[in-house]
Amino acid sequence: MGSRRRDIPEINAGSMADIAFLLLVFFLVTTTMDVPNGLQVALPPMSEEPPPDSKQRKREVLEVLINAGDQLLVEGAPMRIDKLRQKAMDHLTNEGTDPTLSTTSTKAVVSLKNDRGTSYDMYVQVYNELTAAYNDVRDEYSMREFGKLYTKLSTEREKEKIKQVKEKYPKKLSEAEPVSIGK
Amino acid sequence: MAKFKKDGGRPTPAINTSALPDIVFMLLFFFMVATKMRDRDMKVKTAIPQATEVEKLVKKSRLNYIFVGPPKDGDLGNTPRIQLDDAFATVDDIQQYITLQNSKKDEKEIPFMTTSLKADKVVKMGIVTDIKQELRKVNALKLSYSALKVADE
Repeated sequence: MGSRRRDIPEINAGSMADIAFLLLVFFLVTTTMDVPNGLQVALPPMSEEPPPDSKQRKREVLEVLINAGDQLLVEGAPMRIDKLRQKAMDHLTNEGTDPTLSTTSTKAVVSLKNDRGTSYDMYVQVYNELTAAYNDVRDEYSMREFGKLYTKLSTEREKEKIKQVKEKYPKKLSEAEPVSIGK
Repeated sequence: MAKFKKDGGRPTPAINTSALPDIVFMLLFFFMVATKMRDRDMKVKTAIPQATEVEKLVKKSRLNYIFVGPPKDGDLGNTPRIQLDDAFATVDDIQQYITLQNSKKDEKEIPFMTTSLKADKVVKMGIVTDIKQELRKVNALKLSYSALKVADE
């Protein structure tokens, strides 16, 4: 140890920025920022035996068909896609008033059938409209009962409320087993 | 005309750049935290459809991806193909793929595993229906149709 105290020379940090920039550029190039978004679907479990004959009366089921030409048929009548949401909402909230639609919301079913030639884009749009119909009627009911939108209900603190809404409007969106229904 | 002084004047003081690395490091950390590594090469085009009712998939670790779309490489034609990880696959490979992916996870997480289906708009439902059937066979019942969120009109 020398007896003289020397000043420690200052480390030149001028190139620190260059190094940091280099790392920054590396991360900019090799990473992505996309948040996965999607329409959530719960598939029915696979069962070997054929599904039991539906005892449901026809009026409980809103039948939606999409053909290979991406045309929509609702309850046997052609329909434009922008009318579908309202129709599905009418069906769910009918409560027996219209004799062609459901008797109660708890029994109401929406059945979606598509062809193998239907485009995925059309299918997603239709699925989206039907999901939107469910979300809208649930929102409306939740607003009436609790003064809060269903989508805004807290999943932790308001479990009971969510359950009640789900029981009132159960999401019975059934998809047919795949068949080719032709053009 | 001595508007511009010659060398005799005072030299301009050097701008202090000692805080520059701090700023860059801050940006760097932001990107490190907010982004995710690009972990696969896309071999198929996936222009996903738009929808209003999309939900965010929070846990990225609980996702399996299936891509469907026309190949990017024009020489391979326009018929939509399935991509699992980095390679082309067929419908028959899906069961094995999902089983393999799930076997790497904790057993408790398996019921929460979601399959994110990223399919191009031009894909026909035939192939999607086949994929759905395969997923049902391996009991991977949570599916998400990947879509871009657009505002409701």
